[in-house]
Amino acid sequence: MTSELFLVQLLNGVSYGLLLFLLAAGLTLIFSMMGVLNFAHTSFYMIGAYFAYQLSAWIGFWPALLLAPPLVGVLGAAVERWGLRRVHKWGHVPELLFTFGLSYIVFELVQVVWGRAPVPYPVPPELDGPVAWLQAAGITFPQYRLFMMAVAILMLGALWLLLKRTRIGLVIQAALTHPEMVEALGHNVPRVFLGVFGAGCALAGLAGVIGGNAFVTEPSMAGTVGAIVFVVIVFGGLGSLAGAFIASLLLGLVDAFGKTSGASLAGLLSSVGFAPTPQTFGYPVLAMTVAQVAPVLPYLMLVLILIFRPRGLMGTRES
Amino acid sequence: MRRAARAFAVAIATAAAAGTVMAQGKGAAKAAAPPAQTVKIAYLDPLSGPFAAVGQNILRHFQVAAESATAGQLAGAGVRFEIVPFDSKGSPQEALTLLRAIADQGIRYVVQGQGSHVAIPLSEAIARNNERNPSQSIVFLNYAAIDPDLTNSKCNFWHFAFDANTEMKMEALTDYMKGKAEIRNVYLLNQNYSHGQQTARFARDLLARKRPDAKIVGEDFVPLGQVRDFSPYIAKIRAAGADTVITGNWGTDLVLFVRAARDAGLTANFYTYYAGVIGTPTAMGASGADRVRQVSYWHPNVENNPAEPIYLDFKKRFNEEWYVLASYNSVTMLAEAIRRAGSSEPLKVAHTMSGMKMTGLMGEIEMRAADHQLQQPLYISTFTKAGGPVRHDAEKTGFGFRTEKVIPTYVASAPTSCQMQRPAKP
Repeated sequence: MTSELFLVQLLNGVSYGLLLFLLAAGLTLIFSMMGVLNFAHTSFYMIGAYFAYQLSAWIGFWPALLLAPPLVGVLGAAVERWGLRRVHKWGHVPELLFTFGLSYIVFELVQVVWGRAPVPYPVPPELDGPVAWLQAAGITFPQYRLFMMAVAILMLGALWLLLKRTRIGLVIQAALTHPEMVEALGHNVPRVFLGVFGAGCALAGLAGVIGGNAFVTEPSMAGTVGAIVFVVIVFGGLGSLAGAFIASLLLGLVDAFGKTSGASLAGLLSSVGFAPTPQTFGYPVLAMTVAQVAPVLPYLMLVLILIFRPRGLMGTRES
Repeated sequence: MRRAARAFAVAIATAAAAGTVMAQGKGAAKAAAPPAQTVKIAYLDPLSGPFAAVGQNILRHFQVAAESATAGQLAGAGVRFEIVPFDSKGSPQEALTLLRAIADQGIRYVVQGQGSHVAIPLSEAIARNNERNPSQSIVFLNYAAIDPDLTNSKCNFWHFAFDANTEMKMEALTDYMKGKAEIRNVYLLNQNYSHGQQTARFARDLLARKRPDAKIVGEDFVPLGQVRDFSPYIAKIRAAGADTVITGNWGTDLVLFVRAARDAGLTANFYTYYAGVIGTPTAMGASGADRVRQVSYWHPNVENNPAEPIYLDFKKRFNEEWYVLASYNSVTMLAEAIRRAGSSEPLKVAHTMSGMKMTGLMGEIEMRAADHQLQQPLYISTFTKAGGPVRHDAEKTGFGFRTEKVIPTYVASAPTSCQMQRPAKP
């Protein structure tokens, strides 16, 4: 692997990982709060992309970038206020089923409103094309992906400051673990939950806004990214923001380097002096390259971490 | 007034078709007209999941084809055609379960096309079913699954292929690439299932024969409909120094691939099978212009285009592209076979269709008796700016397909190793 290819793959992996983190951050926050996985989380990602598509057709990409995430956040808050909060008193299973059903409803609604085919949501012309200063160094990397990384890092920083350095963050952290105590101190815990849920959805919406045109905006976009985001938060440890961050980057890098690695078990065996031939037992398996099994690697990681460290990288809960 | 004019045009077209058919049918035994009835055709393809957009769009193709076969009385007066949709979800298991339901509902004709991974087990299950329950025989009209095994090692009497198979398409593509000196380093990227693997295999074999000087610098398989981010593959293709990419990918797997290539500034040309499929032109937009080529049996800008009115009508009615000519050919050929057989009994119809020649929408077509593979010409086209010969742009993108080369039927044809077991004629 040349150093240029290595750098490009590194950038590809990190930018994909950061996008995953935008999605996983909201999901893991909401999990710490409700104790339940929000199955509809990636639906908000999809809504974000469609809102951005619609708004950018009307008023341009930049206003859409600013408007779409808060809109998705308001929508998420409404779902919490008039949906989840009512279901909450019946326990976790109804909540889970509620979000599950919601994801199907959103999937159908999006198809009714925007159709089943992909919609044309292009990258803004200002960010089209490769990065000039990287190109001078012999690396072709799209400007838009750099922009994605910048947005994700900015949000990450803001989130960290909010949670660790402000009074609101203090109340949120306390409410996540000890809601009764926080309530007794005179804080409106349901409103805190409402805010966290809305903010989590807004983050997912933001991921949709910048991911929708980097990839493709279509009704199945929620489903395809859903599985991988669950891997991220389980791997990182349910409820742990730092864990989700590490897991996102790790998965992004595994994705980028896995897809391009030509290494195989047969190659490994040859390098230690035992070269298998096509006649060797199990040769087709031995000859499979990492690139061929790359799509399974995230799920393999999921299974392994559940076996060896069930609470995930940085998780605190056992269950 | 408009409607009356259209009805008149249909009437004329029908009369003309009937005329040619009569001329052809002279030598054959005269059959009585089939009785008035409704012939149900099961449409067994994904209507949900990642490939739902394609599935829904093609369902409408078939509904339109059935409407026009009914209105034109192609199978005789009073024979109506009806499409019954079944959602296979793109899964072989699901499709086989639904096949049971289809047989139980008395439906005798099945159309399916999206994915050879479904078509192969389906074809085998239908053959088995017909052997065990001859009274519930089913005919399989395959409009788009193009694994050559279907008409070679795994061929059977009840399966009819209306799309050109991978081997024929690759034969056509390489025939075009033969004359392109700029092709030196070729990269193969395909979906990891039967169709993708066959595409890669035939690309290797045929390039070695027709362009021994061109090098294959790399090869990758991606899982069907699961990859979001293709940029790592693009980086790899660039590092391999490829100037040409051959891909059999379709749906989102092609869209995301082409977009990632453009975002990363990869300048290689793309030789594809499915650049015209719904959603792909939109997603490609300017990024695909002049560097995405397609091999297909039709595109909206072919010269002498009798399918143009159907294309325009479909576009107006559904605001979607019409491109699956096989939907029209398969329903029309079925109707014509029913008319010639004088019955919609599957065994009689299948025997009539085997080896049948008729005038299709784009000229003479033949359902080759040896393997039930439709023989038809193919087109190599380039995705380019609309205007001039590119009369119709795809999905309002301002870009459309322009013919580069017409590959005549005899070139696009491929030999078969099929040894078909034919049930006795009734």
